[in-house]
Amino acid sequence: METTPAARARGITKSFGDVVALDGVDLDIPAGQVHGLVGPNGAGKTTLLGLLLGLSVADGGTLEILGAPVSRVFGVPDGVAGFVDGPGLYPSLTARQNLAALAALRGYGGSRTNVVDDALEQVGLTDVADDRLRGFSLGMRQRLGLAAALLTQPRLLVLDEPSNGLDPASKRHVHRVLSRLAADGTAVVISSHRMDDLAALCSEVTILATGRVVFTGPVAKLAAESGELDYRLVTSDADAAVRIASGTPGLEVLADDDPLRARQDDALIVRAPVPVLDELVARLVRADVAVRELGPVVPPLEAAFLALTGADDPSPTEKEAR
Amino acid sequence: MTATTAPTTTDRRPDARPAGLPSAYRFELVKLLSQWRARIVLLACWLAPGVFIAAAGQQSTLPTDTVFGRWMLATGWAGSLVVLSFCCTWALPLLTALVAGDVFAAEDRLGTWRHLVVAVRSPRRIFAGKALASTTVIALMVLGLAASSVVGGLLAVGNHPLVGLDGASLSPGHTARLVLLAWAYVVVATLAYAAVGLLGSVALGRSPMGLLVPALLALLLQLVQLLPLPAPVRLALPSQAFLAWRGLLTSPTQTGPLVIGLVVSLVWAAVATVLAYLLFVRRDFTDLTYDGSGRRALLLGALPLAAVTAVSVGAVALATPAQGSGIEKAKVERTLATAYAHLYRLQARELHRPDVTEAQLRTTASCDKGGSLVEDHGPGNDWRCVVSWRIPGAVAVGSAIYQLDVASDGRFVADGDGPKEVNGYFQVRTPTGDAPNPLWQVDGLVDLSSAPSKG
Repeated sequence: METTPAARARGITKSFGDVVALDGVDLDIPAGQVHGLVGPNGAGKTTLLGLLLGLSVADGGTLEILGAPVSRVFGVPDGVAGFVDGPGLYPSLTARQNLAALAALRGYGGSRTNVVDDALEQVGLTDVADDRLRGFSLGMRQRLGLAAALLTQPRLLVLDEPSNGLDPASKRHVHRVLSRLAADGTAVVISSHRMDDLAALCSEVTILATGRVVFTGPVAKLAAESGELDYRLVTSDADAAVRIASGTPGLEVLADDDPLRARQDDALIVRAPVPVLDELVARLVRADVAVRELGPVVPPLEAAFLALTGADDPSPTEKEAR
Repeated sequence: MTATTAPTTTDRRPDARPAGLPSAYRFELVKLLSQWRARIVLLACWLAPGVFIAAAGQQSTLPTDTVFGRWMLATGWAGSLVVLSFCCTWALPLLTALVAGDVFAAEDRLGTWRHLVVAVRSPRRIFAGKALASTTVIALMVLGLAASSVVGGLLAVGNHPLVGLDGASLSPGHTARLVLLAWAYVVVATLAYAAVGLLGSVALGRSPMGLLVPALLALLLQLVQLLPLPAPVRLALPSQAFLAWRGLLTSPTQTGPLVIGLVVSLVWAAVATVLAYLLFVRRDFTDLTYDGSGRRALLLGALPLAAVTAVSVGAVALATPAQGSGIEKAKVERTLATAYAHLYRLQARELHRPDVTEAQLRTTASCDKGGSLVEDHGPGNDWRCVVSWRIPGAVAVGSAIYQLDVASDGRFVADGDGPKEVNGYFQVRTPTGDAPNPLWQVDGLVDLSSAPSKG
């Protein structure tokens, strides 16, 4: 049985004047996968998403979308949908009018009403279907943008920061929609700075830095790339915990004057590989010290991202300032 | 790097087809008409002229400075022409600025370009849809202005004969045809400004300057028209068509300025639209920093239009016998004498005197500009004319004096300077009471494009 990836890029390059946006990018996105695309600002994510949507063509390399080579602007095959740089809908129109107009543009004709209603229902906007967009929150606009993309029943869905402005309930709703699409065979490419979203949704991620791929593969493999992490440990007896941790081989307790430690109150910050952490927990339990909380200070995905893209490990103050 | 593939078979799909032009057009129309600004302006276009004419009909003071303003109480058709004259000065350039000047820039402001191009998949059809939709809305606005002014005038004043710019009385049916033709003609002229609006909107992106381009062009051309320009230059400007429609209301019709205005407007509309199209299809929609074409707008926008103007001036100079200002003594004399003869007949009818034909009157005018030290040509308010005519069976030759204010666009207002019984007073005493004196102030229009020796 022949299998075709939803998107396949080899050696893609793209420049804007003197600025190299993409430099030899390879990418494979199989059908039915939610694929994360991450990278610092200016890494080339938007440019790559634009190529996938057919907004522009690469200067070099090859790109195949749904099995068809793409060699000209708007040369992507039917079945590709999504948005880059925000959903881009019209505030003077109602949600239904926005979608109906798009359905008409895509040639849905007589079945337009059903298609629009289905899309609105999928993203949970049926109740506000006849409200003008100018009263919508950012999260509602994001969901409507997703509904607009769903109108075409895409085989490749490209979304730029789809969780922007979503409250937790809306985010869960959107995640469910995307997961269901992937289960039905649609490839979903998500660009996001939200590592928790990517960890929750994506089976694979690609990290771009200065136009190059620095990692692509399963999320679990990426987490492993992060190496030793800092962990926050809260126990029932802080002094005993410090004593026991200090005596555990292969484990480093961050000093009191370490910036990471500064605002942790009774918490202890330790740096160690996972097996050493297991040993620490065992020792604490044997000493009748209760472990109330143990978790990475920086999530593994974010730590790997920072390590791979060469970004400095931010201090807690910097993190809070984001 | 992984390259897993899902266990599904995907046939090679054809490229996604672009949206059809009718769909793109409808979408653009819906977007334009969903804006409150467009709705309010459209509503104003369909209501304000009628209200204005109805209100003016209740006033004793009429806008006599505006062409046909002095006839607003005589016929409902005059009101529509007053509105048309006002629109040609300000309203139409502003309307085109509001609609065509914003139709592309709005997408920049809203950040919707990528969404739109992904949906339509053809910049050409986006351009065509936007151009057609904005033209439709502008046409609806002009239609509203015309319909409202005509209906308002007819309801408030009535369907009576109109005195043309040559003084001839035009039957209501003939007037209706001419008024509608004048509005239709101005629609074509408006297309040139609409195309410039499209060009400004494409070239300058979200900058407010893009929105203002048609209005700024209108202002610039009005300032230029105040200068003592040679007739070929004046006739070759795109604003000429906003004045040329008055030539429909003379007999014979002043076809020279009408044809020149039509051709110049169509050339401007075509060139500006093509330039806007070229700028638009070369745009990179993935460039997040795009904010208008800047220098390219100057090279691809302003310079070609300046070249079009230069070529138009040369063509008009070669194709017409117009020289100098186009306002010469013989033309002024002929135009005034013709208007006087027509209006004399109108006055005779008011006074229940025996009718005489223009041929029997053998009216002539002798004009002088500014005394013996000044050449007798060009615009100015220092023209003085003596009109002479003959009554069949009478030996004496009648004469009346007029002071003329001749504008550089060829329109003049002749103020009667006596004798009082003929043209020296604003009313005449008729058997049924006092009535406006048609010979007191006389409007006329000199054909700038005709040969100086023709008269």
